[in-house]
Amino acid sequence: MEAAFSGKLETVYRRYVDEDGNAISILQDIQAEFGYIPEEAINSIARMTGIAPSMFFGIVTFYTQFHTRPRGANIITACCGTVCHVKGAQRIISRIHDELRLKEDQDTTRDKLFTLEKVNCIGACSIAPVVVVNQKVHGRMSPEKMARELKKCRERTDA
Amino acid sequence: MPKGVTVNVCMGTGGIAGGADEVLAAFREELSRNSVEGRVLEKCAVHQVGCRGFCARDVLVDITIDDERTTYQYIRPDMVKRLVSEHIIGGEPVADWMVSDEYHRFHDLQKKIVLADCGTIDPEDIEAYIDAGGYRAITEVLESRTPAEVIDEVRRSGLRGRGGAGFPTGQKWELCAANEADRRYIICNADEGDPGAFMDRSVIEGNPHSVIEGMLIGAYAVGSDSGYVYIRAEYPLAVDRLRLALDQARAKGFLGPDILNSGFSFDIKIKLGAGAFVCGEETALIASIEGERGMPRAKPPYPADKGLWGKPTIINNVETWANLPPIINNGADWYAGIGSEKSKGTKVFALTGKIRNTGLIEVPMGISLRDIIFDIGGGIEGGRLLKAVQTGGPSGGCIPQQHIDLAMDYDNLLAVGSMMGSGGMVVLDESDCMVNIARFFLEFTQAESCGKCTPCRLGTKRLLEILTRITEGEGRKGDIELLEDLAGDVRDTSLCGLGMSAPNPVLSTIRYFRHEYEAHIHDKHCPAKVCRKLLTFFIREDLCVGCGMCRKACPTGAADGKPKAPHHIDTSSCVKCGACYDVCKFKAVLKE
Repeated sequence: MEAAFSGKLETVYRRYVDEDGNAISILQDIQAEFGYIPEEAINSIARMTGIAPSMFFGIVTFYTQFHTRPRGANIITACCGTVCHVKGAQRIISRIHDELRLKEDQDTTRDKLFTLEKVNCIGACSIAPVVVVNQKVHGRMSPEKMARELKKCRERTDA
Repeated sequence: MPKGVTVNVCMGTGGIAGGADEVLAAFREELSRNSVEGRVLEKCAVHQVGCRGFCARDVLVDITIDDERTTYQYIRPDMVKRLVSEHIIGGEPVADWMVSDEYHRFHDLQKKIVLADCGTIDPEDIEAYIDAGGYRAITEVLESRTPAEVIDEVRRSGLRGRGGAGFPTGQKWELCAANEADRRYIICNADEGDPGAFMDRSVIEGNPHSVIEGMLIGAYAVGSDSGYVYIRAEYPLAVDRLRLALDQARAKGFLGPDILNSGFSFDIKIKLGAGAFVCGEETALIASIEGERGMPRAKPPYPADKGLWGKPTIINNVETWANLPPIINNGADWYAGIGSEKSKGTKVFALTGKIRNTGLIEVPMGISLRDIIFDIGGGIEGGRLLKAVQTGGPSGGCIPQQHIDLAMDYDNLLAVGSMMGSGGMVVLDESDCMVNIARFFLEFTQAESCGKCTPCRLGTKRLLEILTRITEGEGRKGDIELLEDLAGDVRDTSLCGLGMSAPNPVLSTIRYFRHEYEAHIHDKHCPAKVCRKLLTFFIREDLCVGCGMCRKACPTGAADGKPKAPHHIDTSSCVKCGACYDVCKFKAVLKE
């Protein structure tokens, strides 16, 4: 396990070793590898590159794309752009919170089945309101359609 | 267009969400299963194309038989069989599913330069771009023009930056080229962060080579050998198509060393944004490419003097780059002949919100808002009344209904308190609350403020707190004046464009919709019935049939009643979530 972990980091590191200015790309690759950015990964990559861990943490916490905790098996991305907002995105998000029993400040369910994230705009405004379920864009959503999609995800994950 | 049968399926993000990949697969299957090619004795080709613009009618399909093109709307996979048997084999178009007059009205007032080939060529095939005249401009430039002549052509065309601020492109290039430097960089800003905007995404998804060719022209003009496209990771399809286009361009010798044996070398790298709105600001974007936190710095020095890695750098956005090949091909005079006095050419807008024909449009600068909304857009959804048009995203403002005859260009928009921005245009109707809209944008800018300078970091937070208080019925006398005062300070003292323009949504809504603020503060009333804390939900007994839907939907048990008897809502336990209002099929639940 340990060896596999550092092996993966080593591969990422070698991809960028020749050039400056790749801290963000390194972190993006680490996240693609592990699904999130584990603290140990930052410490190891900091040792390899000779860049202070605080510098990497600074980047991770600046950009919304990076996650410092493991995420759910299903990723639900609710668009919160202007058009989705005026077409009722908030009601859909409330419904997701209810269905998944997520508290206001919680984004991943305790069983790690679902993660809810909000995105500023995915640019599919003509079919608003929009929710992305596991990278598939669903347009013209309603709270009821959303509840059905969540049920489908649950069934697929159980199967 | 070659003879034979061509089927084009719209495969932008909108089309795919509407099921375009299933439609495409159905065509391929249906055509091969019936061995249609053998039966009609013609070659049948099925292509995916980029956004056609009229996203409201997705999935759009073109069937072209020997130059005769028919466009179909709302196509689903189960409709493909009939299209193939009746139209392609039988030769009779299916009239029931053809686009209506509205489709033509949607296009009549448009003028497509940037989007000319979007939706007709396959974005994943460089040959399609070359067949449509692609890479002709860069070939001609490399063969017969000096860099100074190219800059002069761009300057004379009157092209201004399409990212929002409208700085003259030719002038920017001239400044960059005039600097002594051993290296210069070219950047394409594809970090389209404004909510309600998808112009740049559609251009890259629909015609990525036009952006690459534009960057090549710019690189030759200022003497750069290295370029970057900084693109949002939230646009996976655009990233994939761009990556493919770069590989194809390299294979064809349009990118790399010694392009077309001219001695000129240039290549482009992709940098994925990591989700920070402020990175659309040029100095923050440069910091992000360098691998740092994306925080803006003070200007001057401008990037044209000191940009990426401290070298002179040109940053233009996607749409600006895509305008360049047509300008070189048709000449500066042609381009300068389109548009208004100080804003030349066309502008692509993402027309969305409470409008019937949502989609992507390209219109000459100077067209009136009325033409856009009522002719192209087909008017307001559901027959409601137009209230305002929001342009420029979180940096822009709301243009009220009384300015509907405004000619859309950079300067007129500034004069009414909004801005061009990158081209998002969100139509709002009488059911939208303007205080809520202002609060929405402040919530956005407050979260996206990078925190470097105090007026923006704390000012946007305080503005948001006041607006939230007002929408929740806690507004106080003097709040409007306080908002105006604070908004002015944030605008005047912030470091970068994000902070300087963040107060615009507040100031423009107060300027035109002060009465809505007053109703919220003094009467604790939301005229548009949007701010939930100011509403009361109740059931009209004469309309209620006692179906029990509201009882089941209510999270607190406030909506209650016996089956088949009128229900009622207990206001003391009602949390005003609106679930009962949404589920009632008899419109018996009202809000006041």
